[in-house]
Amino acid sequence: MSVLEHAQMAQPAIQSPIVNDFSLVVATANGTGSQTANLTLLRSFFKLGIPVHGKNIFPSNIQGMPTWYHIRVSHQGYVARKPSEILVAFNPATAQEDVAALPSGGVCLYHTEIKNLPQRSDLVYYPIPAGEFLAGMDIPVKRKPYLANMAYVGVLAWMLDLPLEVVAEALGAQFAQRAKLVESNLEVVRRAQAWAAQNLQKRDPYRLEPMNKTEGLILMTGNEAGALGAVFGGVSVAAWYPITPSTSFMDALKEFLARLRKDEQGHPTYAVVQAEDELAAAGIVMGAGWAGARALTATSGPGISLMAEFVSYGYYAEIPAVIWDIQRVGPSTGLPTRTSQGDLLFTYYLGHGDTKHPVLLPSSIEECFEFGWKAFDLAEELQTPVFVLSDLDLGMNNWMGRPFDYPNQPLQRGKVLSAQELEALGYFARYKDVDGDGIPYRTLPGTPHPMAAYFTRGSGHNEQAQYSERPEDWVRNMARLARKFETARKRMPPPVIQAHPQARIGLIAFGTTRYAIEEARDRLAERLPTSFLRLRALPIGPEVGEFVAAHERVYVIELNRDGQLCAILQNELPELASRLYPIAYLDGLPLTAQWVLEELLKREALQ
Amino acid sequence: MENPLPTTAPKLNLAGLSKKDYDGAPSTLCKGCGHNSISSQIVQVAFELSLRPHQVIKLSGIGCSSKSPAYFLGMSHGFNALHGRMPSVATGALLANHTLRAIGVSGDGDTGSIGLGQFKHLMRRNLRMVYIIENNGVYGLTKGQFSATAEEGLRLKYAGENPFPPVDLCLEALVAGCGFVARSFAGDAKQVRELLKAALSHRGTAVLDIISPCVTFNNEDDSPKSYGYGTKHEKPLHELGFIPPAEEIAIEPMQPGEYRLVELHDGSRIALRNLEADYDPTDKTVALRRLLEAQEKQEFITGLIYYNPHRPNLAEVEGLHTPLAHLSPEQLRPSPAALAAVLQDYA
Ligand SMILES: Cc1ncc(C[n+]2csc(CCOP(=O)(O)OP(=O)(O)O)c2C)c(N)n1
Ligand code: SF4
Ligand SMILES: [Mg+2]
Repeated sequence: MSVLEHAQMAQPAIQSPIVNDFSLVVATANGTGSQTANLTLLRSFFKLGIPVHGKNIFPSNIQGMPTWYHIRVSHQGYVARKPSEILVAFNPATAQEDVAALPSGGVCLYHTEIKNLPQRSDLVYYPIPAGEFLAGMDIPVKRKPYLANMAYVGVLAWMLDLPLEVVAEALGAQFAQRAKLVESNLEVVRRAQAWAAQNLQKRDPYRLEPMNKTEGLILMTGNEAGALGAVFGGVSVAAWYPITPSTSFMDALKEFLARLRKDEQGHPTYAVVQAEDELAAAGIVMGAGWAGARALTATSGPGISLMAEFVSYGYYAEIPAVIWDIQRVGPSTGLPTRTSQGDLLFTYYLGHGDTKHPVLLPSSIEECFEFGWKAFDLAEELQTPVFVLSDLDLGMNNWMGRPFDYPNQPLQRGKVLSAQELEALGYFARYKDVDGDGIPYRTLPGTPHPMAAYFTRGSGHNEQAQYSERPEDWVRNMARLARKFETARKRMPPPVIQAHPQARIGLIAFGTTRYAIEEARDRLAERLPTSFLRLRALPIGPEVGEFVAAHERVYVIELNRDGQLCAILQNELPELASRLYPIAYLDGLPLTAQWVLEELLKREALQ
Repeated sequence: MENPLPTTAPKLNLAGLSKKDYDGAPSTLCKGCGHNSISSQIVQVAFELSLRPHQVIKLSGIGCSSKSPAYFLGMSHGFNALHGRMPSVATGALLANHTLRAIGVSGDGDTGSIGLGQFKHLMRRNLRMVYIIENNGVYGLTKGQFSATAEEGLRLKYAGENPFPPVDLCLEALVAGCGFVARSFAGDAKQVRELLKAALSHRGTAVLDIISPCVTFNNEDDSPKSYGYGTKHEKPLHELGFIPPAEEIAIEPMQPGEYRLVELHDGSRIALRNLEADYDPTDKTVALRRLLEAQEKQEFITGLIYYNPHRPNLAEVEGLHTPLAHLSPEQLRPSPAALAAVLQDYA
């Protein structure tokens, strides 16, 4: 069948236009360079002023395996995952299932080299003879497959009314204004669009119209935002061992540091070490924090396992450290390129013996940035390891956000005594609770005072940091650490509460599940009004108990099997435990609003 | 606080401190343990070199040996880390402040088994520190199991017979790129001291593998890591003497070829009077061959086995200048304009 015959096949009639409200999925093979084309689309929609979000859903193989890039366009600003109505079928290996997944009335743009594409009479089909557009172009053979992806950008531009100037702008941002690359890519887009305008007839309802809803916003991944936040938090030592999905955090960190952190003579004011494993990465961070530098590591679940012994040590010896966990689906390798909220219990209590740690829970790029710097203030003020729990969905995908606020307070370096202060005090006991908040004073190696030194150890110690096995020393020290944790409780970022005056039902969640939940709440506003508390840190403050007490039932929605947050809340609010119900689910994909909505209706027996 | 220079008290060094000022807490190790005598040599050397205690950090892993930093240099910050993980902590600490002098103490279990990975990577990175292995062939702290440096066929009361060949930690250091590899014997106090002084002047990681008998679990005279055996069989490659930077050479005039002067990174020198004809510690192949030979013949060679000051240390590789722990708030946090400029790229 020729391309044109195909285009003229019997197809459903045009429906009334659907403007700025659809999801599209680009199905390609991994390693074919489709990322550039996908990000060009994402950026183009963004530059048109329409709220947008892209999710790369990919397998862990480097090349040849299928990859799906989902773009949601929503004039209402919804960014949760939503099944796609528009498919770009560029991967023969998955074309069958990709076409089957489209809803009735959906659109399939397909590479004409795909054989045996399933024919459905309820879909609109548009062919893309991608190879043709490259003919006669002066480009190296090696780059041809990459450029071929621009063909679907061109056909989509025709289909959706996407102006080429906008695509050109997006390409400019994509290629950092390298004119030659921008031009060759744009040429393919131009040819594909012109071809489509001449040869295809629009039969689908989807269209774009410029809006002003992204004005002043930025588009960034959570890992970039977190790394940038760390730089504005003064990170000076970073150590890591590569693991998806945290690698791009360190890549971004290295770039930002190189750009922003040099002294007057051009010397770097930082050091980044690729360690031999996560154990060493944690050790480097502990050593640096102990000696007075702001230090972080970024990893994912398997790496956290290796850091457990050092984190216990850091808790007990009271060493500031910042650990980013970009969660993926574990145990072991699990689904290494899929998202999850499976490390909450593990990080909160990580370690042998009595240990617990402050955990920050960002849900957006703004919070990644803010917690990026704040984590250092908390770690140094509290003298303890602090976790920042992000996830693959937030970390590796591009999200819209407000330009980040510059930190609203100076660096908080905590209770560190200088030689002069020691001299004035005439006394130093490393682990004494001088202020009643559980936080002792420390000194840094190199402090020129005979009283400055102390011996840091994981073994039992008294207030003077001397070895001690006396039961009362142990108990006193552990009670002080518990007191310190109560101080932490007061200093963590408070939850964000969206209260509904009529709601009998409350929802609690953290991190990226908020997007599906917020959309579901809007859709349920009439039928099942709910209030929503989005937790931004552990340990919890008093607001959480008050919120639970104010509702008949509270569902704790999270991306894991066993309801880890729900278990923590039940543990911390025993008198309210019977009001808390987990809605916990994990299949490796971000939640959809539809799933949350149906689950809530089911639980409330409204369905 | 810098103490004023001494006027009358002869027992004070250039830092204005007495030897007692370099003591630590009383040792809780067994009486006669080799580790104790190494601690005393560290105290002596720190006094003789007039080290400023606040500029020194002491680090260790876990083991009897690793406890010993509590027993010397009480006015220096100490970090008794995790079993086998001292190298990473030292790396972080010295990245935070590369002007500190670091003395690390480990054991043969701590370095040769659980910590072998970190040890090798420490050599690769060439962190500027003295890394002492108090090598007794057993796990003292956990009551006498064989360590990875125990000789094949060694029989011990508690541990039985060791069926596996030993790991030679000097060889491991050498092949991992270490530029200062020495072996010594806790019973040879003078050599330990001179090597320690030289190690403190080295540009990168200096490894001292010191045979340090465990009197409780591995000190029968027929055991190669016992006092008796060591005293009888130690075969120094050379006599050595450390010469501080400012000092004239005080060694007796010798025939050319009889001794060799090796210049250390900070301008100090080490004079080596060869006991073994033509041993050249600056030749890696020679060092490698000699270590392998010694292993094969069960010879207890000691001395500066290999020396090469040419590789930059980690702080040099990273281009560090102001210690990262001393950066000002302005150096730590870029300006609002810098933030705006970055965000512009994401608009
Ligand atoms: C993770 C971990 N595993 C095991 C131990 C128990 N442990 C303590 S010291 C030690 C062996 C120490 O041997 P070595 O380094 O040779 O020191 P020595 O006591 O002989 O000086 C072991 C296995 C520990 N502290 N930590
Ligand atoms: S058990 Fe051995 S290594 Fe440990 S203190 Fe006693 S003699 Fe030393
Ligand atoms: Mg030992």
